[in-house]
Amino acid sequence: MTTETQQLAAIANQKYKYGWTTDIEQESAPPGLSEDIVRFISAKKEEPQWMLDWRLKAYRHWLKMAEPKWPFLPYGYGPVDYHGISYYSAPKEMPKLKSLDEVDPKLLETYEKLGIPLNEQKKLAGVAVDAVFDSVSVATTFKKELAKAGVIFCSISEAVRDHPELVKAYLGTVVPYSDNYFATLNSAVFSDGSFVYVPKGVKCPMELSTYFRINAENTGQFERTLIICDEGAQVSYLEGCTAPMRDENQLHAAVVELVALRDAKIKYSTIQNWYPGDFETGKGGIYNFVTKRGACRGDNSHISWTQVETGSAITWKYPSCILQGDRSVGEFYSVAMTTGKQQADTGTKMIHLGKDTRSTIVSKGISAAKGHNTYRGLVKINKGAERARNYTQCDSLLIGDTCGAHTFPYIEVKNTTAQVEHEASTSKIGEDQVFYCNQRGIDPEAAVSLIVNGFCKQVFKELPMEFAVEATKLLSVSLEGSVG
Amino acid sequence: MTATMTNPSDMTDAVPALSALAERRAAAGPDWLTDVRQQAAARFVELGLPTNKDEEWRYTPLREVLRPAYVPAEDAPAALSSDDLKAFQFEGFDASLLTFVNGRYCPELSDPPTDVTIAPLSEALKAHRGLLESELRRIAERDEDGFARLNSAVLEDGVFIHAPNGTACSRPIRLLHVAVPGAAGGRPFMTHPRNVVIAGEDAQLTLIERYVTIGEGVYLTNAVTQISAGDRAQVAHYLLEQESAEAFNINTLHLQQGTDSKVESHSVLLGGALVRNNVCPVLDGERADCLINGLYIGHGSQHLDNYMNVEHAKAHGDSRQFYKGILDDKSHGVFRGRIVVHVDAQKTDAKQTNANLLLADTAEVDTKPQLEIYADDVKCTHGATIGQIDNDAIFYLRSRGIDEADARAMMIFAFAGESLDRMSVEPIRDALTRELVRQLPRGEFIESVL
Repeated sequence: MTTETQQLAAIANQKYKYGWTTDIEQESAPPGLSEDIVRFISAKKEEPQWMLDWRLKAYRHWLKMAEPKWPFLPYGYGPVDYHGISYYSAPKEMPKLKSLDEVDPKLLETYEKLGIPLNEQKKLAGVAVDAVFDSVSVATTFKKELAKAGVIFCSISEAVRDHPELVKAYLGTVVPYSDNYFATLNSAVFSDGSFVYVPKGVKCPMELSTYFRINAENTGQFERTLIICDEGAQVSYLEGCTAPMRDENQLHAAVVELVALRDAKIKYSTIQNWYPGDFETGKGGIYNFVTKRGACRGDNSHISWTQVETGSAITWKYPSCILQGDRSVGEFYSVAMTTGKQQADTGTKMIHLGKDTRSTIVSKGISAAKGHNTYRGLVKINKGAERARNYTQCDSLLIGDTCGAHTFPYIEVKNTTAQVEHEASTSKIGEDQVFYCNQRGIDPEAAVSLIVNGFCKQVFKELPMEFAVEATKLLSVSLEGSVG
Repeated sequence: MTATMTNPSDMTDAVPALSALAERRAAAGPDWLTDVRQQAAARFVELGLPTNKDEEWRYTPLREVLRPAYVPAEDAPAALSSDDLKAFQFEGFDASLLTFVNGRYCPELSDPPTDVTIAPLSEALKAHRGLLESELRRIAERDEDGFARLNSAVLEDGVFIHAPNGTACSRPIRLLHVAVPGAAGGRPFMTHPRNVVIAGEDAQLTLIERYVTIGEGVYLTNAVTQISAGDRAQVAHYLLEQESAEAFNINTLHLQQGTDSKVESHSVLLGGALVRNNVCPVLDGERADCLINGLYIGHGSQHLDNYMNVEHAKAHGDSRQFYKGILDDKSHGVFRGRIVVHVDAQKTDAKQTNANLLLADTAEVDTKPQLEIYADDVKCTHGATIGQIDNDAIFYLRSRGIDEADARAMMIFAFAGESLDRMSVEPIRDALTRELVRQLPRGEFIESVL
């Protein structure tokens, strides 16, 4: 191992002549992006040569690409300074606060409304956690149980080191390094993320969550997640959390790849509530440009995406399914809420290749204040996809007359036996519905929240239980101030 | 004028030749028109011809359309007699007729209406500047499509129709566009006709635009029809595309609607090698009502592309779109419907449906219904389906002694029939029904049942 590290360090140091000193002891890279930086990240992670080669291939390809401009974002967004970002910084501690008294009371109020336990509140707000709440031991207990089942759940860097054969076989097979501008950037510089492998016939004994992964407290800016479900295996994976996230990085370009082999089932749930920026101006919010894609490789495989997107200044993502195996199933359930000056262009792609493949898309968009919400989705039925079936429903709810709701579904069919249905509606909250609630003593704000939650119910019921409860509360909190 | 387009190796090469043509045309007209044309030409050069990279043209490859070196229509004069047109008459249909052969108005083959002002555009440009200038400028300044900009830039003949306030045109007006591809000595030719229709307040008008071919050969039609419906006016427009399998047709219909106006657009695409049908209504008055109804039936390697862009600019507007496609063989159907509801268009009710039937595995359909909504008190829905014939229905018919092929034929006919049922002009409906029966499988059986 050490010789390899030395070799890598030597390779990295070769480039000294171009200016920047590659110091392997250094904790973080200076801002900017170059081959040296890619080599530095790889060396820092003690990665094997093949991994470095892959990153470099991606980096070189990225140089030839242009940032895409096609999303429907009426307010646009400021240019991203790709050379102003520091692409590697060792997991650093957030400045710890001594007690909750030092935390912004507004943040605490939100936690309170979300019903987050006190200790978790401290953790989220960056307060030093006392001994009673020992996340490490909780995580360790989980790890033991997972190991017993044979499930591998670790950071992607550990996986590259400890399970290179799996990573090599699957990384970049669903989202190739050349896929799109942000995914390519991610391929070159990713530094953190999760790796899950569920062996044949194993049903993962618990829901996996980044939350329980050690060292996962700081959400990486360029996360890379790879989940592999071997034949007959099952896993449910939760990402994100309902609490507002503190994050300094504006651009988030993550990549998530899912691989489901024969009879496997993957359920991937996301709750995203990053900083949406200033309510009036939208300044400072997160750009969430994520590539998420799952491949139903084997027959009878099943991939299900559920997302609740309430945060970020811009959400631009399309969790997709490639239905290769016969009788494979893809699902997408989404609630996207935009308020303030938030903009979302999100949806899914369902690519039907195998016979008797089925897909379901349920998308609920809620626009309030000056928010703009766009559903963009592709349903593609290829020639060989006999008897493929798709059902799409996308509904939009408008609250106030300064917001916008837009739908751009693409349907491409090349097989006569396919059945594709798309339905969309846009409406506002009915005055009679609100009146009905008022009549029964429910104030207008609570009534709206009740109606909105009813509107989203179809999606929430797909979430794991605890998540569903939190999502309901989250939506009510996000809606505050947008009614009246 | 003997200018020809150089043989373009790719589409962008055609632009300089076309803009040179536009320049020559511009020099010929009155000053104000020169100005309109030059502006349009500049806008055309800026945008160029569309490619697959343009979102609006994503599913429609234009390589074949732009490959030939087209000569302008002036170089393709053709003389026809009324006997040649017999085949294109609707039986028992009392309608006035304006015939265009290779883009040129033929008074000897026409029977113009007497109760409205009507003139070839070339003449109207001199006599009706007051009405025409603002109309032409409005479209020339707004068009976002390369072909429509080109049409404004090279603006050729067409018809000018003005129904003054309160006029109800007694007979439907037929515009028969006949192409005789052989006339250009075997060379492909292009026409860019422009029709301008102004229906004043309370006016009533029915317009039937039909495209047909006599003989063989490649040609391109890039037509723009603009209709302005005044307050409370009622206008119906029919587009019947029945050209040969070598014809390329890019057709744009602009509809401008006043308060309480009621406009219908019906399109039936049966012929043509590649047809692009743009329908672009602007509901610019309160309580405007718009019906867009269409049917496209593709055979062979036809490519039938429908692009709807409905803009609700004022409150209480009502728009309904119904488009149906039946695609057989290697044909390719495209539907792209866009509804935009602007901030002021509260209480809008917009509905859009697109249903498709694929009859062969080699056929393809791409549909993209799209909503953009900036007002909150609206009701907007869209739906798209692509499917096959309902097996339960087939079973029902078979259980009553109808064999499977006939049952399928009946179902297909019924699917298409819904579109025809929305057409209010009976002779057209009947004629189209007959035409449809001929094109669908087991037509003789359907005919015997009807």
